[in-house]
Amino acid sequence: MTILGAIQPMLTSGLDGDNAWRLEHYLKRGGYSALKKVLAEKISPDEIIGEVKKSGLRGRGGAGFPTGLKWSFMPRDYQGNKYVVCNSDEGEPGTFKDRDILRYNPHSVIEGMAIAGYAMGASCGYNYIHGEIWEIYKRFEEALDEARSAGLLGANILGSGFDFDLFAHHGYGAYICGEETALLESIEGKKGQPRYKPPFPANFGLYGKPTTINNTETFASIPWIVNLGGDAFLNAGKPNNGGTKIFSISGHVNKPGNYEIPLGTPFSTLLEMAGGMRGGRRLKACIPGGSSSPVVPGDVMMQCTMDYDSIAKAGSMLGSGAVIIIDETVCMVKALERLSYFYYEESCGQCTPCREGTSWLYKIVHRIENGNGREDDLELLESITGNIMGRTICALGDAAALPVQSFVKHFRDEFIYHIEQKKCLVPVDIQRAGSGFFSALS
Amino acid sequence: MLTTESLQRIDREIEKYPADQKQSAVMAALAIAQEERGWLSNETIEFVANYLGMAPIAAYEVASFYSMYDLNPVGKYKLTVCTNLPCMLSGGVDAAEYLKAKLGIGFNETTVDGKFTLKEGECMGACGDAPVMLVSNRRMCSCMGPEQIDRLLAELE
Ligand SMILES: Cc1cc2nc3c(=O)[nH]c(=O)nc-3n(C[C@H](O)[C@H](O)[C@H](O)COP(=O)(O)O)c2cc1C
Ligand code: SF4
Ligand code: FES
Repeated sequence: MTILGAIQPMLTSGLDGDNAWRLEHYLKRGGYSALKKVLAEKISPDEIIGEVKKSGLRGRGGAGFPTGLKWSFMPRDYQGNKYVVCNSDEGEPGTFKDRDILRYNPHSVIEGMAIAGYAMGASCGYNYIHGEIWEIYKRFEEALDEARSAGLLGANILGSGFDFDLFAHHGYGAYICGEETALLESIEGKKGQPRYKPPFPANFGLYGKPTTINNTETFASIPWIVNLGGDAFLNAGKPNNGGTKIFSISGHVNKPGNYEIPLGTPFSTLLEMAGGMRGGRRLKACIPGGSSSPVVPGDVMMQCTMDYDSIAKAGSMLGSGAVIIIDETVCMVKALERLSYFYYEESCGQCTPCREGTSWLYKIVHRIENGNGREDDLELLESITGNIMGRTICALGDAAALPVQSFVKHFRDEFIYHIEQKKCLVPVDIQRAGSGFFSALS
Repeated sequence: MLTTESLQRIDREIEKYPADQKQSAVMAALAIAQEERGWLSNETIEFVANYLGMAPIAAYEVASFYSMYDLNPVGKYKLTVCTNLPCMLSGGVDAAEYLKAKLGIGFNETTVDGKFTLKEGECMGACGDAPVMLVSNRRMCSCMGPEQIDRLLAELE
């Protein structure tokens, strides 16, 4: 993972060498000191949750919900099993940070989950890892074995009387399983179809027991917060946007990859860290928070800082921190066509507005892209998105609608040109050059 | 129906879950069965369901819901290429076109010699390494330009 943070990065520090993921290496760089501290000093669960609240840590999976608050929803006096579940399903196009956390720093997730288990009175956890990263799933299982053999997982951890065990569960190709209740269904051995909420997982989660689900990066941030305190974490970012965050940069930059930076860092700095625009071309647009976040025109993006509030002000969402960089070689109709196809493919089919709506969105964008668009198609797109949003069980419906609305809003001229002229505003040979694939041939 | 080794692997998966929640192991069990048999026939799915004490239809629902299970025979190697937008920007679609031309097949087709099946994939959580492809669900290949694709095809015997 490329690390060029302005401050000492937290999640990715000390990660050099092929064996950085191993327990031995993690211990050498101070790993498990947070868990040991919690257990040795018998820090109270309330105090831990208080620190996490103070840190301003917001969920790194996409919704940005305050983590400390979420943890406080877990029932205290519940008799019986409770669960903590890690969401490493990472299927949001553009996002690939959790893979690298698990690849290079799996023990930070294990430690974070164990502390979460302690704070919420859960003695069992699962990490749901998407099926496409099989090698990393295997590695995580090996890391779990290491932790178990060292007495850092299992019964009576380090003689403290606290029991916590953790297992890996793999997905097998379904984006929707990233939605937290679909993920629970999937662990239960069913189709990954989201549940109605309420009841929320804190009351009715895995196997009907109280459950808290957090993203991989969220859990990986916990040891740092426990070691250095909520205030220090908060101060590493900016108010209401605590900590550092890993951004996955893909698309038209010279050095795509993961970059850990303090929240509040200017977008232009991040772009520079990623080697700048490929071929020195112009930034046409940026999707700042994964494919489900509204697209932002390049010039607006250049004025943003990378944090929840600034990106929201620009009309989009920080989401999972997946920054998709789009340059002037791209036909925005074609780009939207591909995204719409994705949501159409991945809709679980439970709600009519999502199942039918994603299919219509794709068909209409597809016909516009292929020169068969009709005069009123843009209005039709707007009306369909309006009829999906807020009318579905889970947020995939909105996720399918938001890109359509924002693409049409910001790049309306390209859509109109397509409908009227039956071709792309961006010449085809320029588009072809954009990816750089064929230039490697000549 | 499955080898002892596969059954032992499935048993280890079952142990991860509460004793009354064996069904939780169905995803792993189907993946293990597919690894051994190449694809999931109705008989294989039924066998897995019975092994886990669940209704065959419930196992079939799982097998048909998740895209990495193959409910029809595939070639010796299944190549799944990600063509989603982030990869597309860096050659994912071009890589798929290149493979189609080289292998003389389209998506969801198998070469006549039964060696390769080509599939279109969605985001695999590796977009920084585009073009990205998966070999038979297990091995991820990154930064697959034309030269790297040529080398991969030559290496897969
Ligand atoms: C369609 C859909 C896909 C999602 N995919 C993911 C994902 O891959 N990873 C993730 O952490 N959260 C994903 N989420 C968000 C989760 O539902 C949930 O909010 C998150 O895991 C909570 O963790 P956090 O609070 O630590 O972010 C998805 C949500 C939706 C609606
Ligand atoms: S919104 Fe779409 S993905 Fe979500 S539950 Fe409804 S049909 Fe399924
Ligand atoms: S878009 Fe291809 S791996 Fe994410």
